[in-house]
Amino acid sequence: MISLYAFMGALEQGFAFGLMVLGVYLTFRVLDFPDLTVDGSLPLGAAVSAVAITNGYHPAIAMSMAVGAGFIAGAVTGILNTKFKILHLLASILTMISLYSINIRIMGRPNMTLLGQDTMIDQFIEFTGLAPYISTPILFAIVSIVALGALIWFLKTSFGLAVLATGDNPKMITSLGVNRDMIIIFGVGLSNAMVALSGALVAQNQGSADVNMGIGTIIAGLASVIIGETIFSTRSVTAAMISAVLGSVLYRVAIALALGMRIGDFAFTPSDLNLVTAVLVIVALVSPQIKANVLGWRLRSNA
Amino acid sequence: MLNINNATKTFNPNSVNEVQALRGINLEVDKGDFITIIGSNGAGKSTFLNSIAGTFILSSGTISINGKDVTTWPEHKRARNLGRVFQDPLLGTCTSLTIEQNMAIALKRGKKRGLGLGVRAKDKLLFKEQLSTLGLGLENRLTDQVGLLSGGQRQALTMIMATMTSPDVLLLDEHTAALDPKTGQKILDITDTVVHRDELTTLMVTHNMNQAINMGNRLIMLHQGQIILDISGNEKKGLKVEDLLERFYTFRGENVASDRMLFS
Repeated sequence: MISLYAFMGALEQGFAFGLMVLGVYLTFRVLDFPDLTVDGSLPLGAAVSAVAITNGYHPAIAMSMAVGAGFIAGAVTGILNTKFKILHLLASILTMISLYSINIRIMGRPNMTLLGQDTMIDQFIEFTGLAPYISTPILFAIVSIVALGALIWFLKTSFGLAVLATGDNPKMITSLGVNRDMIIIFGVGLSNAMVALSGALVAQNQGSADVNMGIGTIIAGLASVIIGETIFSTRSVTAAMISAVLGSVLYRVAIALALGMRIGDFAFTPSDLNLVTAVLVIVALVSPQIKANVLGWRLRSNA
Repeated sequence: MLNINNATKTFNPNSVNEVQALRGINLEVDKGDFITIIGSNGAGKSTFLNSIAGTFILSSGTISINGKDVTTWPEHKRARNLGRVFQDPLLGTCTSLTIEQNMAIALKRGKKRGLGLGVRAKDKLLFKEQLSTLGLGLENRLTDQVGLLSGGQRQALTMIMATMTSPDVLLLDEHTAALDPKTGQKILDITDTVVHRDELTTLMVTHNMNQAINMGNRLIMLHQGQIILDISGNEKKGLKVEDLLERFYTFRGENVASDRMLFS
């Protein structure tokens, strides 16, 4: 089974990546824009904040710089798609690939340690006086819930309604006088700003930024969104976003369980995570069909 | 109000797929005009409406609305003063949003969309009042998702959304063609009421000649991207379907009698 320590670690990660999951929800579900930029913007946020912190900036300022960088990265994808008519998937892959080089440029090397630096987490531990394994999940939960609340509010504003409508019915929203291109550029930017903030939190949590830390981000994000949708409610956009964050936590707990599992001599290693995640997404996607088939089979056998 | 001057549109120019969809259309529409547009398939009716809405930019010619030259304006900019209802009832509303959210989006046509609350309490009263004129009971379902509504209900809602800000021009592109006859008639009745109440300048494409004759104060017929018939005033009031067919086939130089048998 899973130790308390591992469970708290899973909570911590679930909330830290919760922002990323919200970003993925915003593009995939709200804007109907499959955006792979996130695999690049997560390490971008990590890199920008790591460089800023090591250069003596306050962690809060470092994190807002990460947010700005993420927004620009997303906006570039949006512009490639809307202004230059490049297919959304391809546009986002182009940005993602470019970010690999850019992230190494930003850090000056492929990875950067934050050991011995004064991070947001250290400051919060000092502030609460609690043990790190308790206070860090609390800090990340607070950040996630604030971001969740802000996004819920945003999607209820006039501007937010236009964003919702753009993903649902682009023809309708254009015919009501909204510039669809502008909404896509802003929306994908906002999504990647959240992903970059998530990257900044993760980097401070693990004590380093690494150019390869973004690999599989999009799959983890999708897995969390789908787990949240399958287990919790999706009745309204608000409910679906809360479900996405809870899905992120559940996903990390599931990963922790998988990593703690021993079958004879066999044990999962962290490098198996992407395979486990892919299987998890496939199971989540297929299970509604299986459920329908089983129901149909029962009906037939009862008849 | 709406002036179209020698409008042409060629799709895929200089290729084997070249289509001359509009070939020199001139039309002056006065404020409050309700024009019905008929023509056979491929005559350019929808293309004509789309050219006004700005779905594409004309190959040549100009369009001005209310004295402003909008020829090069993008679709969303023209939409600030244009109301549109499409043939497909699914195109005019957002499935995943509620009735009040859809109406709140429509209410902001041409205005700045800021960070104020999208659906305000005082707007709800207005929405209820507008919906109650439909007589469909939608005024009690403000928080229902639009996906729960039938095609006819959605089209009625789209009519309200397209006209609630009194646009300079209302474009109706066969907006009852996808509905059953009874529901279609209901939408036409709503159209007639709203257009007359707000004195909206309206262009309505239809395939139904009776509709084209009975509604509006002016009728134009398109053929191969040109206006071949423009009837208004008393001449339109006395018009019969037979007259229209006669004039259409005379223009095409075809045998009326044999075709009339097909239509009867």
